[in-house]
Amino acid sequence: MKAIKRIQSRTVVLATKDIDTDQIIPARFLTTTSREGLGKNLFHDLRYNKDGSDKPDFPLNAATAKGCEILVAGRNVGCGSSREHAPWALLDYGFRAVISTAIADIFRNNSLKNGLVPVVVDDDLHQYLLSKPGIEIDIDIVASTLTLPDGRVVEFPIDVFARHCLIEGIDQLGYLRNHADTIQSFEEARSWTP
Amino acid sequence: MTQASTLFNKLWNDHVVVPETPIAPAVLYIDLHIIHEVTTPQAFSLLREKGLPVRRPDLTLATMDHSTPTTPVASFKDLAIVADGAANQIRQMEKNCRDFGIELLGFGSEHRGIVHVIGPELGATQPGKTIVCGDSHSSTHGAFGAFAFGIGTTEVGHVLATQCLLQRKPKTMAINIDGQMPDGVSAKDLILAIIGEIGVDGGTGYVLEYRGNAIRSFNMEQRMTVCNMSIEAGARAGLIAPDDTTFEYLHGRPRVPRGVDWDKAVTRWQALRADDAATYDKSVTLDVRCLQPMVTFGTNPGMVIGVNDPVPDAGNDPSFRKALDYMQLTPGKPLSHNSIDVVFIGSCTNGRISDLEQAAAILRGHKIAAGVRMLVVPGSQQIKNEAEARGLDLIFKKAGAEWREAGCSMCIGMNGDTVKPGQLSVSTSNRNFEGRQGIGARTILASPATAAASAIRGRVTDPRSI
Ligand code: SF4
Repeated sequence: MKAIKRIQSRTVVLATKDIDTDQIIPARFLTTTSREGLGKNLFHDLRYNKDGSDKPDFPLNAATAKGCEILVAGRNVGCGSSREHAPWALLDYGFRAVISTAIADIFRNNSLKNGLVPVVVDDDLHQYLLSKPGIEIDIDIVASTLTLPDGRVVEFPIDVFARHCLIEGIDQLGYLRNHADTIQSFEEARSWTP
Repeated sequence: MTQASTLFNKLWNDHVVVPETPIAPAVLYIDLHIIHEVTTPQAFSLLREKGLPVRRPDLTLATMDHSTPTTPVASFKDLAIVADGAANQIRQMEKNCRDFGIELLGFGSEHRGIVHVIGPELGATQPGKTIVCGDSHSSTHGAFGAFAFGIGTTEVGHVLATQCLLQRKPKTMAINIDGQMPDGVSAKDLILAIIGEIGVDGGTGYVLEYRGNAIRSFNMEQRMTVCNMSIEAGARAGLIAPDDTTFEYLHGRPRVPRGVDWDKAVTRWQALRADDAATYDKSVTLDVRCLQPMVTFGTNPGMVIGVNDPVPDAGNDPSFRKALDYMQLTPGKPLSHNSIDVVFIGSCTNGRISDLEQAAAILRGHKIAAGVRMLVVPGSQQIKNEAEARGLDLIFKKAGAEWREAGCSMCIGMNGDTVKPGQLSVSTSNRNFEGRQGIGARTILASPATAAASAIRGRVTDPRSI
């Protein structure tokens, strides 16, 4: 994973609550054995008409959405299926952070493992962000803050370990493997074996 | 004196390899890792890139279920896999298991089936274990008093390589189910009501422990239905303390200990219950004496009503309105107002033998309504064989339903079994998300009895009226 310390970008807003991972990347695109190339099918059924043309009123299709790296979503984004294809698709498309009031557990976890930054904000700030699509935001992961265009600086919660892995680009598998000896002692010392 | 402990706490403590600190999560040991073809290829690629072996192939159980066809075949040699992608994934799974020394319950295996169905069926799922799978409905296995949860593909790689995961300890929520379940109301109705009560993100960050008389009176299949859908409330896992019902279910299954080892295991398992004085971070109590059959009307499992209740009005909630627009249902009218096109009985929620029996009991001597397509898909080959031995397949076929090979099928619509755009489906699976059963498919979640009754009338129907 590449180290990621700061994201400065305009936002795209998808205000709907409970955007599940089936909407982020429909199941029929999961028959891949790679992580690449999922971005073109991101939000497929919300984003394209039957004939493959863009749906004009879907926020990602607006001219102003091009190049935006921050997605502001309604409450409980990423619920449902554990498919890691959801953060892979968001990253492949070009997103680097997702902001909401609540982010589903497995999706948040999967996002952190891939360098997609989950940012949880309170209701007031969320309402503000939902009402102002396209504003420029500065996410400082080292300081765990968001800076808004009006100069406000807001802290957001992030697990210290997850933050450390993001800003140093640490591969958690390597971290786990460093515990190989402890894992082996644990296996040997157990009073029962699975 | 030691502090009173919840069941979850006991399970957690028994698996901590490296304790959690403020700066680092715990390293948690995993006792059983179940894998399938869709969420593992990228994890195996990672192992190959890094030149790593699978640490404990003996604790890894592999099958194929998500993208596999369920069309009846005389022999698995005749199997035609419709999509190229799916075929490639299936071949890749066979190769990965071969190369890394993992036993694969693949085509031709008597034990192939949905990941969350075969674990319990084989007795690989046991009380006191930590169980993970690259699938969110791993919460199913919690019905046995195991800490079981869904993980992503990167974590699948972590478990394959180290048999461990990095985890922050979740909070605990007691879900107390008071009162006796009324006749004609099922475990599916109960879990839909619970999700309706706590909301689709009400369980986020928690492990839900289901307690109370109603839960104790459930058999293992009913308990699995309840725990299965814990994830639909956003929970990390669902949990039920093991008891004699659990031990009886497991006794004699292929992968449980035998002889003295069985007795030792039962003694250990009997200690897996919350201490009397244990406290939870949160408690919810539900009285089920007046529970009715439940159905969903929207696009998440928390949008749920009684089978005869009117569809609620969206008010000025745009997400609610979007859901109703998608579902094309009329506020103020019950769901029986609309005719249905498809009925699906199956999935890891309701594809077990007792589910099929309940559906068959309703269908016996009836025909499904003209214009309705009904698919019955057993959760595993074992269930298929057993259903056929009991003649259930004949009841389904006589009623006009299709009887299929085991798999996930229309629950996820990856294998060619889909609901067509705009069609309304009553399904015993667990997700009514937009497009879940196919592009533009409209899904109503229900119990097997409600689904079968609805197939007969061609409209959502209270099973107690048949
Ligand atoms: S039946 Fe559905 S929910 Fe269960 S494992 Fe298969 S796809 Fe997932």
